[in-house]
Amino acid sequence: MPNLRISTTLAAVALTLVACGSETPAGNDNATGAVNGPVTVFAAASLTESFTKLGQEFETANPGTKVTFNFAGSSALAQQINQGAPADVFASAAPANMKQVSDTGATSSEPVTFVRNRLEIAVPKGNPAGITGLVDFANAERKIALCDEKVPCGAAAKKVFEAAGVTAAPDTLEQDVKAALTKVRLGEVDAALVYRTDVKSAGGEVDGIAFPEADKAINDYPIATLSKAPNATTAGAFLQFVLSERGRAVLREAGFDTP
Amino acid sequence: MTARRKARGRLPLVLLVPALLGLAFLMVPLAGLIIRAPWSTLPSQLLSPEVGEALRLSLVCASLATVICLVLGVPLAWVLARGEVRGRGVLRALVTVPLVLPPVVGGVALLLVLGRRGPIGQYLDSWFGISLPFTTAGVVLAEAFVAMPFLVISVEGALRAADPRYEEAAATLGASRWLTFRRVTLPSIAPGIVAGTVLCWARALGEFGATITFAGNFPGETTTMPLAVYLALEADPDAAIVLSMVLLIVSIVVLASLRDRWIRGVS
Repeated sequence: MPNLRISTTLAAVALTLVACGSETPAGNDNATGAVNGPVTVFAAASLTESFTKLGQEFETANPGTKVTFNFAGSSALAQQINQGAPADVFASAAPANMKQVSDTGATSSEPVTFVRNRLEIAVPKGNPAGITGLVDFANAERKIALCDEKVPCGAAAKKVFEAAGVTAAPDTLEQDVKAALTKVRLGEVDAALVYRTDVKSAGGEVDGIAFPEADKAINDYPIATLSKAPNATTAGAFLQFVLSERGRAVLREAGFDTP
Repeated sequence: MTARRKARGRLPLVLLVPALLGLAFLMVPLAGLIIRAPWSTLPSQLLSPEVGEALRLSLVCASLATVICLVLGVPLAWVLARGEVRGRGVLRALVTVPLVLPPVVGGVALLLVLGRRGPIGQYLDSWFGISLPFTTAGVVLAEAFVAMPFLVISVEGALRAADPRYEEAAATLGASRWLTFRRVTLPSIAPGIVAGTVLCWARALGEFGATITFAGNFPGETTTMPLAVYLALEADPDAAIVLSMVLLIVSIVVLASLRDRWIRGVS
């Protein structure tokens, strides 16, 4: 199995080298094209668990590489990159945030959608309030947490409520999806709308309830290498590893859909 | 007198340079806020109902939190300054913990204790049907938790500086302890209380971490100005600048309106 993994990676690396060969800037330290050295990946917070795992596997498969992550909200990451933060790869939880970066010409490869995420209802373990579906979110008696509409999970929630024809009666509009999940974990709310991957990452602490309207608000996650990448070759190799069969398997395990 | 004042005004150059740098460090970011403000759309943004709602809620909650801090904090300061209790030093250290604690930690602590599964919160919920998270009362509590040490420290300092002989004189004249406290102690430390109240109110007004963690965020109920600033920054940085300007102006107006008492209170 490890052999297979390594060979997959090598294949991916070889592909990248072919693909990137002409694009590697002449002045780059790594112009020889060796997959080596540090690579900095800016990734959406929802990718924390899966990308950490992918990073470790990438380092094992490519001795001499060191993957460093900066996990944060996609809009914050996009702003950091546009302010000149030294990043090699950007993985965003929303196409809009990727566009903020690619519009300035800061991406060196065309952004690729590598995973999709969908909303799920998260309830405290055992579902004490007996939540059955989106309809319960309209009940003012229930304690409900949603994401604020200004952040992607809140925008997605708005779409599914519109699709379901439900007027939600939230008690709090959280600043990010993890904050909403925390309120469920602590049992402070009866239900929240979070991503399916968040329910999975909480282990057995929260239960997830899928609902049909989730299809109406599927989040695309684009990934791209950056034109000012300090280590362009390794950046390309990491991107290919994420897109590889092994990378997709790790992401699917975390609850993402892979296109 | 004039000679003394002159001598006081002659600062060593070694101190002047870092002093000016310090001043610039505090002032330049605020100036940046004013420069970047979208002046053309400012009036319409300021008059939007969301801003008005958040500002009203901020002012109400900060004031209520300050009242709680006064009612509980002044007696606490008295105990710390005058009370003959064992382990007063430890007590003082504990009281000042929220001062240095990251506010978000305070919010987590409040949530764990007063949330509906917490050791106190579950009884509030089952006996009285009271649930503090996600309510305006929760905002007030979070703000009071973070702001109270500011008041206690100010009042305690004033109590220590006050001359106890007046209280002793009142006692020898037959005044009860409560009467002495009300008629002699309180007036003598009034400037300290005013200074502490202003600090406490300003801190409560700016509270963010504990509020968003414990009280959540819902317009009209728990969305105070700092929360509105934070969330506006996600989608509309210009709106965030406008909201920040409002907070800055309110803070300056409050400090300026209390200027005389404030300066006398601390000098």
